[in-house]
Amino acid sequence: MSAAGQDTAVPRLAPGVKFRFDEVRQAWVLLAPERLFLPDEQAVEILKLVDGARSVAAIVADLAERFEAPPELIAGDVGAMLQDLAGKGAIRL
Amino acid sequence: MSTAHPRAAGAPEPPLAVLLEVTHRCPLQCPYCSNPLALERASAELETADWQRVIDQAAALGALQVHFSGGEPMSRKDLVPLVRHATQRQLYTNLITSAVLLDEVRLGELKDAGLEHVQISFQDTQAQGADHIAGLAGAHQRKLEAARLVKAAGLALTLNFVIHRHNAERAAAMVALGAALGAGRIEMAHTQYYGWGLRNRDALLPSRAQLDAVTAVVEAARTEHQGRLVIDYVVPDYYAHRPKACMSGWGRRFMNISPSGRALPCHAAETLPGMDFPSVREHSLQDIWYESPAFQRFRGTQWMPDPCRSCERRELDWGGCRCQAFALTGDAARTDPACALSADHPLMAAAVRAAAGPPPPFAYRRYSEASAR
Ligand code: SF4
Repeated sequence: MSAAGQDTAVPRLAPGVKFRFDEVRQAWVLLAPERLFLPDEQAVEILKLVDGARSVAAIVADLAERFEAPPELIAGDVGAMLQDLAGKGAIRL
Repeated sequence: MSTAHPRAAGAPEPPLAVLLEVTHRCPLQCPYCSNPLALERASAELETADWQRVIDQAAALGALQVHFSGGEPMSRKDLVPLVRHATQRQLYTNLITSAVLLDEVRLGELKDAGLEHVQISFQDTQAQGADHIAGLAGAHQRKLEAARLVKAAGLALTLNFVIHRHNAERAAAMVALGAALGAGRIEMAHTQYYGWGLRNRDALLPSRAQLDAVTAVVEAARTEHQGRLVIDYVVPDYYAHRPKACMSGWGRRFMNISPSGRALPCHAAETLPGMDFPSVREHSLQDIWYESPAFQRFRGTQWMPDPCRSCERRELDWGGCRCQAFALTGDAARTDPACALSADHPLMAAAVRAAAGPPPPFAYRRYSEASAR
């Protein structure tokens, strides 16, 4: 497993993990084997870009541009969030 | 009466998951089975169209996951179409199986139907002990083969081990087997002592030393396998000071449907006397969740006696398990005896003493004459 700090790492959902919008709750949900995560707004924006193709650097660049925020700040948030979900087995880095 | 239920302030959240016990039929006879002592016969089971309606209603109600369980869910001939139906409703599908009926053809069909995850129960890591618990020769070997098929098919795989005094020493081997088979998740669940487990308590309850050794193995394994292997650990209540938040609280997160269509807040709830659990043949899941007296009976904190009523943990553990309170004290509305603040807590130590001798033989899970209904 490479560190999330590594910009070239390409995060993807772990096997059996699904990310979808739930109409009943009007919220995005991350579904895993017999488990479920309710990501906050910031995490949702990051997870929408986790497609198995974009690198961490590409995700950071996209968010920095759209939210007009300094890339270093975004990079910290993205890294922490991906590392957290990787630790829980929901994401592979 | 199935009008929309606008969620008033203070109304419960929708359930996260619905567990469908599609049948009680099973080729195995594990003496700690979570099914009730009075098993339901095939003739009492819901029809395919009933289950499809339940799945539609579960999705509309806001359930996100559906668990196909049993008994052995693969005993149902319509399992594949039911999984497909759930997939079409965007539900995340889990198959909770003994895997002895799982071959490459059926697995392929289930995968095509959209199945996401397969949880296989293992009774031990050694064939002899495992088959003795399962009451079926050759079961362990078939499970190993099925686990490899699941992995090869690219589906998420969980290994489930129920732990007791006869297999606690193999805790490290259980983790190793999960890792070797490529599982993403392992459940290390100590036996829960309701129903069959309670009947076999003296034969199954581990010693304190065994429990502590298993706990140490789990903690070390979680560190070693972090990020690759999720280990869910469930302790037996008998050495605890505080109870578990059973089902995350009565009627708060989960709904369980029995083979004949009874809606239950947990799989053991039918043991509770004086409760009228609604049938999905007569009521919608929406009405059952929001309106039925049974789902409201122990929901929240209103029903609580002392010491729970004024306890700071009352919204953390919700007073523990109703079925355990009833099984051990005869009153489902008492504080779970697993709590050291309960006047009934000495019952737990007494049970530990009673189980300290040589283990009696198992009472295997079987249909009794009295269970036909
Ligand atoms: S008294 Fe009740 S609420 Fe408090 S810890 Fe014990 S079981 Fe939980």
